[in-house]
Amino acid sequence: MANYINQFFFGIYPYLALTVFFLGSLLRYDRDQYTWKASSSQLLSKKDMRVGSNLFHIGIIMLFFGHLFGLLTPHWAYHFAISAGTKQVLAMTAGGIFGLMCLVGMVLLIRRRILDPRIRATSQPADLPILLILFVQLVLGLLTIPYSAQHLDGSSMLALANWAQHVVTFQGDAASFVAGQAWVFKIHLVLGLTIFLLFPFTRLVHVWSVPVQYLSRSGYQIVRKRA
Amino acid sequence: MSHFLDNLTYFTRKRPETFSEGHGITTGESRDWERAYRGRWSHDKVVRSTHGVNCTGSCSWKIYVKGGLVTWETQQTDYPRTRTDLPNHEPRGCSRGASYSWYLYSSARLKYPMIRSQLLKSWRSLREQHTDPVVAWQHLVEDESVTSAYKAARGLGGMVRGEWDEVNEIIVAANVYTAKKYGPDRVIGFSPIPAMSMVSYAAGSRYLSLIGGVCMSFYDWYCDLPPSSPQVWGEQTDVPESADWYNSNYIIAWGSNVPQTRTPDAHFFTEVRYKGTKTVAVTPDYSEVAKLSDSWVPARQGTDAAVAMAMGHVILKEFYVDGHSDYFSNYVRQYSDMPFLVMLEKRDGHWVPGRTLRASDFPGALQHERNPDWKPVVFDAGSRQVVVPNGTIGARWGDQGKWNLEEKDQLDGREIKPLLSFLDQSDEVLPVAFPYFGNQEHDQDIFAHSDHDSILNRKVPVKNLELAEGAVKAVTVYDLMLANYGLDRGLDDPNVAQSYDDDVPYTPAWQEKITGVKREQIIQIAREFADTADKTRGRSMVILGAAINHWYNMDMTYRGIMNMLIMCGCVGQSGGGWAHYVGQEKLRPQTGWLPLAFGLDWHRPPRQMNSTSFFYNHSNQWRYEKLELDEILSPLAERSAWENQSLIDCNVRAERMGWLPSAPQLEENPLELAKKAKAAGVSSADYVVGRLKDGSLRMSCQAPDDPRNFPRNLFIWRSNLLGSSGKGHEYMLKHLLGTKNGVLGKDLGQTGGQKPSEVEWVEQDTEGKLDLVVTLDFRMSTTCVYSDIVLPSSTWYEKNDLNTSDMHPFIHPLSRAVDPAWESRSDWDIYKRLAKVYADLCVGHLGTETDIVALPILHDTPAELGQPLDVKDWKKGECDPIPGKTMPSYIEVVRDYPDTYKKFTSLGPLMSKVGNGGKGIAWNTEDEVRLLGDLNRRVTDEGVSQGLPRIESDIDAAEVVLSLAPETNGQVAVKAWQALGKITGRDHTHLALPKHDEKIRFRDIQAQPRKIISSPTWSGLEDEHVSYNAGYTNVHELIPWRTLTGRQQFYQDHAWMRDFGESLCVYKPPINTKTVKPVIDEIGQGGKQVVLNWITPHQKWGIHSTYSENLLLLTLSRGGPCVWMSEIDAAKIGCEDNDWIELYNTNGAIAARAVVSQRVPEGMVMMYHAQEKIINTPISQITGHRGGIHNSVTRAVVKPTHMIGGYAQLAYGFNYYGTVGSNRDEFVVVRKLEKVEWHVTTADSAEEAAA
Repeated sequence: MANYINQFFFGIYPYLALTVFFLGSLLRYDRDQYTWKASSSQLLSKKDMRVGSNLFHIGIIMLFFGHLFGLLTPHWAYHFAISAGTKQVLAMTAGGIFGLMCLVGMVLLIRRRILDPRIRATSQPADLPILLILFVQLVLGLLTIPYSAQHLDGSSMLALANWAQHVVTFQGDAASFVAGQAWVFKIHLVLGLTIFLLFPFTRLVHVWSVPVQYLSRSGYQIVRKRA
Repeated sequence: MSHFLDNLTYFTRKRPETFSEGHGITTGESRDWERAYRGRWSHDKVVRSTHGVNCTGSCSWKIYVKGGLVTWETQQTDYPRTRTDLPNHEPRGCSRGASYSWYLYSSARLKYPMIRSQLLKSWRSLREQHTDPVVAWQHLVEDESVTSAYKAARGLGGMVRGEWDEVNEIIVAANVYTAKKYGPDRVIGFSPIPAMSMVSYAAGSRYLSLIGGVCMSFYDWYCDLPPSSPQVWGEQTDVPESADWYNSNYIIAWGSNVPQTRTPDAHFFTEVRYKGTKTVAVTPDYSEVAKLSDSWVPARQGTDAAVAMAMGHVILKEFYVDGHSDYFSNYVRQYSDMPFLVMLEKRDGHWVPGRTLRASDFPGALQHERNPDWKPVVFDAGSRQVVVPNGTIGARWGDQGKWNLEEKDQLDGREIKPLLSFLDQSDEVLPVAFPYFGNQEHDQDIFAHSDHDSILNRKVPVKNLELAEGAVKAVTVYDLMLANYGLDRGLDDPNVAQSYDDDVPYTPAWQEKITGVKREQIIQIAREFADTADKTRGRSMVILGAAINHWYNMDMTYRGIMNMLIMCGCVGQSGGGWAHYVGQEKLRPQTGWLPLAFGLDWHRPPRQMNSTSFFYNHSNQWRYEKLELDEILSPLAERSAWENQSLIDCNVRAERMGWLPSAPQLEENPLELAKKAKAAGVSSADYVVGRLKDGSLRMSCQAPDDPRNFPRNLFIWRSNLLGSSGKGHEYMLKHLLGTKNGVLGKDLGQTGGQKPSEVEWVEQDTEGKLDLVVTLDFRMSTTCVYSDIVLPSSTWYEKNDLNTSDMHPFIHPLSRAVDPAWESRSDWDIYKRLAKVYADLCVGHLGTETDIVALPILHDTPAELGQPLDVKDWKKGECDPIPGKTMPSYIEVVRDYPDTYKKFTSLGPLMSKVGNGGKGIAWNTEDEVRLLGDLNRRVTDEGVSQGLPRIESDIDAAEVVLSLAPETNGQVAVKAWQALGKITGRDHTHLALPKHDEKIRFRDIQAQPRKIISSPTWSGLEDEHVSYNAGYTNVHELIPWRTLTGRQQFYQDHAWMRDFGESLCVYKPPINTKTVKPVIDEIGQGGKQVVLNWITPHQKWGIHSTYSENLLLLTLSRGGPCVWMSEIDAAKIGCEDNDWIELYNTNGAIAARAVVSQRVPEGMVMMYHAQEKIINTPISQITGHRGGIHNSVTRAVVKPTHMIGGYAQLAYGFNYYGTVGSNRDEFVVVRKLEKVEWHVTTADSAEEAAA
């Protein structure tokens, strides 16, 4: 039974979540363009936005890319430069710093969303739940740090990276890497996958449309050709 | 196909072209997304409609429809052009109208018939037991446990969805039962402002009139009617269109906030300033119009009459006494009563001005055979004889062809020149006594008084004349006027002013203390005003409004201003005159509409009632009266005649003497009285008069607490009676509805005050007189919340109707842009259906019945010559009771109740038989009836209506109005002018002949608003040469004003006018309503509070209550009820902007937010009137109930001079003359609301809590 649960959550659930994530995003982008937005509430209340929103966004963007590179970069690609142990310490340090930044930002944002009557009144049903889920996920992530600290050899990190790499390369045995890990890692993983699952149904879709190109735009006045 | 795939163009994407040295780029990205925005503004069709709301706007709007839904509206810009020298009318419209489409699909919209659940439950169980609905209603309404349950729930929610058929049955069953048991005049209907949607008004009034119900007035009740207009001009209200402002050279906006409350017209006010016209604002607060004008006269509220009197003093001194203007003196000689003779009477050692001298006073009645009592006289300067000039009211109703303003002796047509003053040829000079009220002390310090005597003796030149019964001392109105204004005529009079700086009534110096305005400003503006009028032949204008009309003594303010205008020859001149814009009273095609609206094509007369007296009486407001006659009587009045009299007594006497109408009329059912008369073998009139005389029958007004006299059923449509216009709101909740209310004061029984002598006093007062309240509306208004049954009506974009205004000369349609949403129906369809149900349900209860309708003496009918010279009461044995002369007429009307529906849907035979008319003119209408038969087709069904023109749809009804009215049918206009020509002896048809063949139809005005055709119903012209201006035809066509003298009346000689000191204009301070003292200490308990004058102006974010719960406009203002106060007063109670405050007096309490503003002067508090109680209104800590509306702290106080009847222009007319509901003399206590509670519960939980 335990095996089955492990297999389901870490072998099957990732594919369900990622399918919904990709397909859902695609469908929403195609079918419901007017909802494809960040739904910023900054116009309604600016209080705590400068500090809260910036801390949150800087923190979470760094965490995201930290996870992306940390999990998906194969061991052979870096072992000649740094050891797994060093990498783990690096990840714990960076994750801790950005995690705390994100935590402070998120507390401010949650407080604002609940207590500011204008923000509360104009919130969509999904706005507060997704924020709370992200918060729990962040707390779980921070809780992994003490567990990681118990064995600084990078073995857990390698196991989880193997899991992720086996998932994305469609090797059926991905779940086995997670089986022996601490509970906090497991919950963190499941909740992380759940965020992917919920992603297309929330305002998180704005992540897809980060206006990166804006940084390299070539003109200040943009004119479109007549159709 | 896919937005995502479309973005995958990396390999084919070209580098964007650049321009402006690379600062700009031209991209080739897809522009498909723009389609959404284009689609947002695309639509299927545009329909012309307007807003049926009482704002006088009558603006043409484009209604955009998309997919069967109204999406938005924009202003129309296709009005017919004005003349070349005038700016165009458009664009008309304002932010309020632009937000209307929100209502159609909002949560405020009424979607289904709604009914109070307690009522419905009882009805259904009784209806199962009784197959006859009328019997079921009888059982329901006679069971007090049932009625008290649903009456107590009024205003508390708990309405449930009903079925049309079921609620119609309940309503009609109640109507039939009430008519059968108590009389049809216990079925009452209130709907205001027919001009805003004539057909919708007519639907309900036609239903009520056919079944014998009562239609209630609005214009007087709203206090929009200026009674001074009928007093001075014999005219309800007639004003220049706003385009005529552009013809003016000097405009005073006096208590009229033009940019805020006349938004679509305000452009003329600004445009005319480019021509050099000076504009002046007289307002106590720094309002929008004060900001817009060149000068601001910040007169203390309620003291405007003092400003006007002082300005009049300056004008008379500089242009009549010290200086001279040919134009002015010729004008007042020909067009005013200034040369008419008044007799002096000796009273308590004083010479006091009495009534005007009449032909009948002189030997041989000056050879006048017809109506000599009604022919006042002048002194001809040429022949040095007393003569009757052309144009008196006596000539109007007796001497065909002599009723005109030619300066001729009526007897022989000899040219005359009436003498204005006896100064140069007086027989003696006598001191004449004038009453002075400015020395009355007011409870509140804000209203200052002066220390002059109550009686001012001033010298007047007198002529001794021989009458049939001895000698008399006669004076001219002109000489009286000058003495009253305190002008020095070189008669060595110590009591008049030698200079403007003398503190003598009514100098500029005198008014300073009362009004707070500097004398220099008064002198300057009066001088400029008159000088401009002199140089331009009357192009000085006063725009005036609600702010100064809503006071108890409004007549004095208004007459003070009218005096200025008449003295300066401005009335009836282009760009000049009196521009009172309050209430959309101008129903341009009135004479075409009246037969449709009141069923005059089937029965005459209809039942009509003045609402102020009705509500004062039947909502028991009189039981709380604190104003005693002693306080308002003139110091020169014969007080003994008024002993033991109260205001309600005056009203009862007025009804008894045929001055005012009654409803309900008699304490017994008129259907039964007619049967008894028949059994007794006498006519109904004789029977009723006999029983009234012997006292075995009373009028209903004498015993309003007797259940036989209760109004039983009330229809309200196109109105928010209980959320907006109900003066004494809390009294209405208590006594008419019988539900929770905030009345804090005690009645006369508890305070031991003086009880009325004419009205039966019942110690235990009555609550919940109304058995059934039915409201038709498109939105869930405060009134709907208090009703028993609510019927969802069409919005203004879902029905066909007509709309006119006094602000412009066009007639507008309301159009059915979309079908009525959900289960709503047009007013026409709703009442038509009720008529059908009535015709079916009445069988077995009501058949062919004889009804007795009481009719007061009406203005513009020969009966207005009923009571000359003196007031005589038949009840006191001073004269015989003669119906139609000394008392109301009692007229038999036969109603075939089962034919009600057939009558409703066809144009009855009286139109061909009797014809049509208005304002004392009659003409034949056979041609128009034939036209309507061809146009609407004729009824083919057998019965009473066979062969008559159909009136099935609302458009049919509109065509009836348009075809019968001279304003929209040139042929009728020519006939009407011809008919008037016979009376005046002059040819007026040239005014309409160019438009003889013009017939405006409903589809014409849907294509474009149409300019109306000039008609004798109105005193202005709409033609190629002049803008519409009131009194224009009086001055230019020499048609007399419909007054005693036929001229503009400076002098009001009726005995009651003299007794109440209003024969000439004087300054009267606001009255003491005494509503603060009884409660302030008990409730205030030493907390911080301040007592402020209660001012309720028209608002910026709504039109009365409409739009005040519209989300778009709530967003623009404070989002709920708010009250403006000064920074000084706010500091006194420690209140900051947006704090919650509570306001109260004996009448009730209000909770609202404070707007603390420098706009407001110390001592007043302003609540924009009619903010819906259903939005964001917390609980009043004092009453424990929801915070109330602006009328929660007011109570109607009636004024005896408005009750006068049977006396030429002082005769009753529906919405025309009568008591008015003033409300600004009131004071409130203001304090912070310490606890803001909402008590939000569902109806069920409230019910549980109650149980």
